[in-house]
Amino acid sequence: MTPLELLLQQLINAVSVGSLYALMAIGLAMVFGILRLINFAHGDLIMVGSYVALLLTTIGLPFWVAAIAGIAASTLAGLLMERLAYRPIRGAHEVSMLLTSFSVTILLENLAIILFRPTSRPFPAPAILRGVIELGQLRIAGLDVIAIAVAAVLLASLTLFVKRTNIGISMRAASQDLLAARLMGIDVNKVIATAFAIGSLMAGVVGLLWSARVGKVDPLMGFNPVLKAFVASVIGGLGSLSGAVIGGYVLGALEILLQGLLPAALTPYRDAFVFAILIILLLFRPNGILGSSEKEKL
Amino acid sequence: MNALLRRLAPAALLMALLALLLGGTDLFAGDYMKRILIGIGINVILVVALNLSNGFTGVFSLGHIGFMAIGAYTASVLTLPLSLKAVNLPSLPGWLAHVALPFLPATIIAGLLATLVAYLVGLSLMRLKGSYVSVATLGFMVIVYVVLVNWDQVTRGARTFAGVPGYSTMWNVWIWAVLAVLLVWRIGRSPAGRDMMAARDDPAAAQALGISVMRSRLMAFCISAFLTGVAGSLWAHFITSFSPKSFYFTQAFSVITMLVIGGMGSVSGSVIGVFLVTIVSELLRNAERGATIGSFVIPPIYGASQVVMAVLFILIIVFRPSGIMGGRELDLRRIAKRLFPPRSGKT
Repeated sequence: MTPLELLLQQLINAVSVGSLYALMAIGLAMVFGILRLINFAHGDLIMVGSYVALLLTTIGLPFWVAAIAGIAASTLAGLLMERLAYRPIRGAHEVSMLLTSFSVTILLENLAIILFRPTSRPFPAPAILRGVIELGQLRIAGLDVIAIAVAAVLLASLTLFVKRTNIGISMRAASQDLLAARLMGIDVNKVIATAFAIGSLMAGVVGLLWSARVGKVDPLMGFNPVLKAFVASVIGGLGSLSGAVIGGYVLGALEILLQGLLPAALTPYRDAFVFAILIILLLFRPNGILGSSEKEKL
Repeated sequence: MNALLRRLAPAALLMALLALLLGGTDLFAGDYMKRILIGIGINVILVVALNLSNGFTGVFSLGHIGFMAIGAYTASVLTLPLSLKAVNLPSLPGWLAHVALPFLPATIIAGLLATLVAYLVGLSLMRLKGSYVSVATLGFMVIVYVVLVNWDQVTRGARTFAGVPGYSTMWNVWIWAVLAVLLVWRIGRSPAGRDMMAARDDPAAAQALGISVMRSRLMAFCISAFLTGVAGSLWAHFITSFSPKSFYFTQAFSVITMLVIGGMGSVSGSVIGVFLVTIVSELLRNAERGATIGSFVIPPIYGASQVVMAVLFILIIVFRPSGIMGGRELDLRRIAKRLFPPRSGKT
């Protein structure tokens, strides 16, 4: 492999991983922007969607039907989560909301353990996701291409949605100032539900791509992705949609860079480095890259 | 003299009650009860410590279990008998391979190491606000976890770290627990503690009054890390075998639940929270093993207790967001006065 090919190969890896992080981070950012709620349980939506898809394929449905049903299940779970757990505590202290989302996570994960056993199950990805395209020395996984393409389509439609549609504009208004938005006659419940629906839908998509990448599903599978999405959205500045996307890709690139640059003995510590870099970054930009640079002077 | 007696009476009464409880358990109850009481004692330390950092200063750390892990592993590596060290940790660095410390010094060293780490990460973390600090401290916990899983020579990696001598007894655990409660209680009523709470309620105003917000947060964080590290050591010598997974999300959530249910900022609330949550979850744990009532057979549902706890927790946050004590303290004298109103007008 020439250096250029190596670079290209790594770039594709970075963009592909980054796409997943970006899609996850958007869900967190949309909800945080409006409600100031860090939805820890966002990761479990991944798990819900993947299990539903897996269940439906095992009873013989074609993968694409199962996939759509899985995404729908994630969306529905997100909406239920909002209605049952988060609406009653709307406006509570940030920490109370965070803790509530913690308990939603515990609840969903243990329900999944009870229903599906704690052990992991293989996830049957269709041929198109498992294929590899060879271009000269480059080996591009079909999964990477699809992840990148899906993310591009979703991100483009999301941009159109928040810029052009009525509800999208209401959503941006609500994230700027919830009270003022309400005074302008915006139906806040509808806006918040929409934010949850979109975020959960994306989580459902990520879930399928993630499960296909890892090749298995288990009840606690949402933990790592949501941690990464946290990092991404914090890097970009909590609550900012473009920040979340940038943060996602930055994180993807950072991980691939660390993977390539760290000496072999240290590569298992990659995640520790990622979080250490996050903490150092926050020292200089306490509100993320795109967040306001205003900080408490301490 | 009389006034002093009256001031100390509630504390003395509580201590007497505690001594009665512990002594009674020691003499009459079985191992199960003793183990529950040891667990409660360790959790009291953990929750009171978390209260010092999260409740007093309002900097909500989700990553304190990282300090518990540091304490547990440090102390265990120090106390592990030499013969076991040679077998279980063959590639331990030389100077560690030949020491086997007694329990107390190992525990104190564990606490001090946790404090040192807290100071270093605190320099950065204590500057953050709101949700950022929660995510960043969670990141700290992940860092500790990743290091523990990969640092094979010292921690045995993801494998179980076994053979730690079972030094923790009900009595030494509770001595630490009482010391921790007294310490945090005293801090809450000291100028330093008032600084912490002022900085929590309005950082800008506190700063304007000449309180160094950063310093008081850092102080709370470090002391809290010390106690958490000590609790880690006690727990390690109680449970005697564990793995990095023991110090992760589940454990973090359980301690936070106790803190929030008891009421953040209230020391007595923390203690009440620990007792309540432990008793409820112990009952639930027994229930999830299933039962046979007459001809009915209730099958075991493992994990159900966690589900119930999570629902209870959400209900508490919805209906009583400030916890049972709501930041106030249990005032025995006021209760006593209400129960036995003074006969004359004088009090």
